[in-house]
Amino acid sequence: MTAPAIEVRAARKTFRVRGGLLQADRHVVAVDDVSFAVPPGGVLGVVGESGCGKSTLARLILGLLAPDSGDIAVEGQRILDMDRKVRAQLIQPVFQDPFASLNPLAKVADIVAMPLSAQGSFRRAERTKRVDEMLARVGLTAEMGRRLPSELSGGQRQRVAIARALVLRPRIVVCDEPTSALDVSVQAQILNLLAELRRDLGLTYLFISHNLAVVEHVASEVAVMYLGRFVESAPTERLFGSPEHPYTKALLASVLTPEPGLGVPDVGLGDTLPDPANIPPGCRFHPRCPIAEPRCAVETPALKPRPAAGWSACWCLSGKSLARSWVATAK
Amino acid sequence: MSALLEIEKLEVDFAGRPAGSSTAAVRGASLAVERGETHCLVGESGCGKSVTALAVMNLLARGARRRARRLAFQGEDLQKLSDAGMAELRGNAMAMIFQEPMTSLNPAYTVGSQMTEVLRRHRRASQRAATDRAADLLARVGITAPGLRLGQFPHQLSGGLRQRVMIAMALMCDPQLLIADEPTTALDVTVQAQILRLLASLQRDLGLGLLLITHDLGIVARVATKVSVMYAGEVVESANTAQLFANPKHPYTQGLLRCVPVPGKIRRDQPLGSIPGTVPRIAPGFEGCAFRERCDFADETCRHVIPRHSAGAAHDFLCRLP
Repeated sequence: MTAPAIEVRAARKTFRVRGGLLQADRHVVAVDDVSFAVPPGGVLGVVGESGCGKSTLARLILGLLAPDSGDIAVEGQRILDMDRKVRAQLIQPVFQDPFASLNPLAKVADIVAMPLSAQGSFRRAERTKRVDEMLARVGLTAEMGRRLPSELSGGQRQRVAIARALVLRPRIVVCDEPTSALDVSVQAQILNLLAELRRDLGLTYLFISHNLAVVEHVASEVAVMYLGRFVESAPTERLFGSPEHPYTKALLASVLTPEPGLGVPDVGLGDTLPDPANIPPGCRFHPRCPIAEPRCAVETPALKPRPAAGWSACWCLSGKSLARSWVATAK
Repeated sequence: MSALLEIEKLEVDFAGRPAGSSTAAVRGASLAVERGETHCLVGESGCGKSVTALAVMNLLARGARRRARRLAFQGEDLQKLSDAGMAELRGNAMAMIFQEPMTSLNPAYTVGSQMTEVLRRHRRASQRAATDRAADLLARVGITAPGLRLGQFPHQLSGGLRQRVMIAMALMCDPQLLIADEPTTALDVTVQAQILRLLASLQRDLGLGLLLITHDLGIVARVATKVSVMYAGEVVESANTAQLFANPKHPYTQGLLRCVPVPGKIRRDQPLGSIPGTVPRIAPGFEGCAFRERCDFADETCRHVIPRHSAGAAHDFLCRLP
């Protein structure tokens, strides 16, 4: 059996936030007991709001951060044991903001050539050839390679970031909100490009977004993250077809589809915002949950298998299904 | 009675650094915002939506030239108004909410001092009265513990809270017209829904005229009364919301609609609808349809003057195709 492209086992990462004068330091739990595996060629979409730990998860998988506990392996090897250059040939990132993630003083072709130069084993001719091929592959002209990032539009810049990520021909790409700084029209172009590249090059993606509608197109499986934990995960069609967790339902309800007359939905999350430095006891989602019961404030629900495939963590769901199975046996 | 805000044949040019390379950012755009309605101005980045808003507020950068056949607020000609007269209107009867609340709030002042400044300046209100009003409005926009928030700095607030502060600040002087430029683009979808609900309820309760600028037709469908679709400085289609979505005529409007991802409608690895290419930079004196390079229906006639067709009451569009 081949090893999963990405395997995360019980990963946990906390940050210490320095308190001010006379204030104690606080601990922010960014990723808490997260486990999953992505098979080669699969795309896991990770969805959640700002501050839920998605980007920390991305950095753990890229080996940019070390977990406090748990294991992270890429193609069967522990990411932190890997040599930097070997790691770069295997896994690469595409970040959210193409305005901040490209060196404003470097020409586009030099930005894309950087991972090749960093390897130190590519001759100039080989570098130029690969860069030109890659620019063409992501839909940029050779002329654009001679420009500065500031002379490109947001969508073109994100294409540069994708070219830079792919120039070493990695097998895994971690995309952290690759389209959220873009217009919807450009977002569609970039999503199409990413889907096409995945198909043609056989890539594996970890695809992070705050918008459920965006991941549906690229992901084979979707995980919903809330305050550091996965609360539901399932194959994409099943998650969209029958969402179970109330948080997943709220995220789906917040997607504004172009249907006039419906108004803006009340997603039922209330006005309290999640604070990763102050995680509530019991189910972390209970202060915002429209169907919370007293039990939810005390006991933490475990991930339980969803019907057919996937997992979800909610007392109300398991309570109901238990009741149903009890009725069935009583008959 | 005339509309609250009337824009007729607005033109804005930016002078280029090498002389003669100027850009026409807005090219003869017309629209009207009525009292008590939400008018959405929709288009991609670089279409001239924000420049239109800034031209109304007379906040254009130096080097910009503004002309209009008519530019009036509450019947008053804004082109004849002095800088002092305009400053009297801004933040008072007409207020604006910007896209990025982190860069549009001053990081060096507390929320309270920034909010009260508006009322003290325009209404000569006392600090105490202004603080009370600020606290009331923070509560009105759904901020709990307004007293605490007034003493905090912008960096201590989340993105959603900052945008609520911006909205509350815009409401300090009971404006008639609120211009919101991409107010939710920098926010999570869950917070976006909350902020849009808030704007819609304020607009309804206070009878505001709201000019909402966005690139997302999903938002337009849910909040707008009327829509103007803008491309390369021109309003290429305008209609009532229901009409526009039932019968989008301009290829650009149709393209924008295809781009909005709808859950459950997309199969994995089937290409999403998109508009190829980017918005061109247009020099003054450009002729024909600016969308022709990206349009599936373009032909030779698109290089010449494009007629404006009517597709029903208050629905017109700019295309050679009827």
